[in-house]
Amino acid sequence: MTAFATGLDGPRLLADSIAGKFPDSHGRFGPFGGRYVPETLIPALERLEQGVREHLHADEFQAAFTGELKTWVGRPTALTFAARLSQRWGAKIYLKREDLAHTGAHKINNAIGQALLAKKIGAKRIVAETGAGQHGVASAAACARLGLPCTVYMGAVDMERQAPNVGRMRLLGAEVVPVTTGDRTLRAAIDESLRAWVSDPLDTYYLIGSAVGPHPYPYLVRELQAIIGREARAQMIEATGALPDAVIACVGGGSNSIGAFHAFVPDASVEIIGIEAGGRGAGLGDNSATLSFGRPGVLHGSFSMLLQDEDGQVQETHSVSAGLDYPGVGPEHSLLLAAGRVGYQAVTDAQALDALKACSEFEGILPAIESAHAIFGASRWAATNRGRTILVCLSGRGDKDMPTLQTTLLGAEGQ
Amino acid sequence: MSGRDSISAAVRAAAAQGEPALVAFMTAGYPSREKFREHLQAVAAGADVVEIGVPFTDPMADGVTIQRSSHAALAQGVSLRWILSELEAMPRVKTPVLLMSYLNPLLAFGIGRLADAAARAGVSGFIVPDLPLDESAELQEALNAREIALVQMVTPVTKPERMKQLCAGSQGFVYAVTMTGTTGKNVAVPAEVIGYLDRVRALASVPVCAGFGIRSREQVELLRGHVDGVVVGSALVEVLERGANATEWLQMLRTPGAAGENPVNPVK
Repeated sequence: MTAFATGLDGPRLLADSIAGKFPDSHGRFGPFGGRYVPETLIPALERLEQGVREHLHADEFQAAFTGELKTWVGRPTALTFAARLSQRWGAKIYLKREDLAHTGAHKINNAIGQALLAKKIGAKRIVAETGAGQHGVASAAACARLGLPCTVYMGAVDMERQAPNVGRMRLLGAEVVPVTTGDRTLRAAIDESLRAWVSDPLDTYYLIGSAVGPHPYPYLVRELQAIIGREARAQMIEATGALPDAVIACVGGGSNSIGAFHAFVPDASVEIIGIEAGGRGAGLGDNSATLSFGRPGVLHGSFSMLLQDEDGQVQETHSVSAGLDYPGVGPEHSLLLAAGRVGYQAVTDAQALDALKACSEFEGILPAIESAHAIFGASRWAATNRGRTILVCLSGRGDKDMPTLQTTLLGAEGQ
Repeated sequence: MSGRDSISAAVRAAAAQGEPALVAFMTAGYPSREKFREHLQAVAAGADVVEIGVPFTDPMADGVTIQRSSHAALAQGVSLRWILSELEAMPRVKTPVLLMSYLNPLLAFGIGRLADAAARAGVSGFIVPDLPLDESAELQEALNAREIALVQMVTPVTKPERMKQLCAGSQGFVYAVTMTGTTGKNVAVPAEVIGYLDRVRALASVPVCAGFGIRSREQVELLRGHVDGVVVGSALVEVLERGANATEWLQMLRTPGAAGENPVNPVK
């Protein structure tokens, strides 16, 4: 536990990671990860682990999964050369268009994959949490597709700022339960989903939305999202004849980013950058930049970096984007930080909104505020890397952010 | 006697009188930080073992009552450091004291210095609801050095092979969760729960205490003979919350034929 987080050998961790040694038999990515849950959930996690082992890479499951990705999700998603942004920012910027995936974000890759697995292992109903609402919508859609009942827990604060997604989930047949305890955002929604799962661990499947949680979730979610990076890597080579110089994605819990990064981790020439929500600034409680400002700790079932106070209490966080507003982060990101393979930086609320505006005006693409963090990260990297090639994971579309944009970008312009 | 053994001994001594021992839970510093010592003494006077809850921001195994008490205690500045310093400073209570804490506050305090600080404060054991046996080696080793117990939980869905390991690995007592779910819901005691508790008792060499959802004399009577003790948590927190007499309420749970109705409405 604590001892794991000190005296880490970065190059060794990176070599082991590339060699596919993580997660190890204890569900750990180096020191990070593990399974810190109430005893009641152990049988459910063991069943899931066995299901992952038996099915995830089996031909039958892969055929069903890739079939859904192709004919229902709409994969492969496009790679778009952002010509006007490239001209403005002085580097060649390519966008991996996860916003074009069904339901409007990368979340659907994970949701349909886990829902297929849940059915395979005999689950009778699905619970899911959601922050921005994208995972809730994706879960509701996947459950509708497969005929599984679905309950989504969503913080009351998030229900307000992502109202369009609440209606979408209900139309897709899901029950949306407001969470009024704790901080009433994503973290409280995860707490409440875990409680629902503890109450019925054998028949309920917890369809977690990010690469977080107890083993085997971080691994399972990475495997289901890794298609983003696999496709993009091949598309970049096809479009440019080479690998990109940098790959950039936003990091909340870290699922679109781990999916985008995974295929590039062994490519030593590729710089990998994760962009966290810098919120209002570096002060305590002003951001959700866990890898930039956190310390190792245990939340929601795994040991990873965590925004916490000196007594180990989890901090309140802030971000303009509900999807990044989370005090923890997936354990594999903590590993990639410790291994020195990925550089994690913060982008503020204001910077993300600037990038959202630029992407909309110059490329005709309204990105999610989450994804706009990565786009700003690309412009910043471009400033010191003129003429080089950047792949940005545009993780989702921005329509769901209209209530927030009405009171920020549009509100400011209306004055 | 080591802290570890004092817990088992207290449970056994009470059970030898023919009634299940009472393991009583209170959230530290709730409803009032100033009255912590007074509340602890009142609870200790009516119980055989006291469990003091260390508040945490994300209590994922707890129902609404203990969530509410944890957040209120945190808002009053209650922390593990404060609890340990209070326990060290106040006169020792006669019953063994355990701390119930989620893992992260313990990690932040430092596993290396936790056992010494706990021993100085007179703490006999720990219950850590999000630390399964498989992840507990480091904490277990640290606590062993000061002969402080680490209590393991078993549940109705625990598989037989794992049940054996948990019973063998538990110290002080085995905490048998009577239902799946979070703490605090009022539950009946169906026949399959009795069968499960009898199986746990057959495997355990330390006493077995049943918990989660126990709030009436009626439930205690149904469990009598199948467990060595019962854990009362949310219901006692509600008694303290109402400003009622904790010692008397605990006494009621021991009194054959006591009215047995709930002190407050059961949690929905």
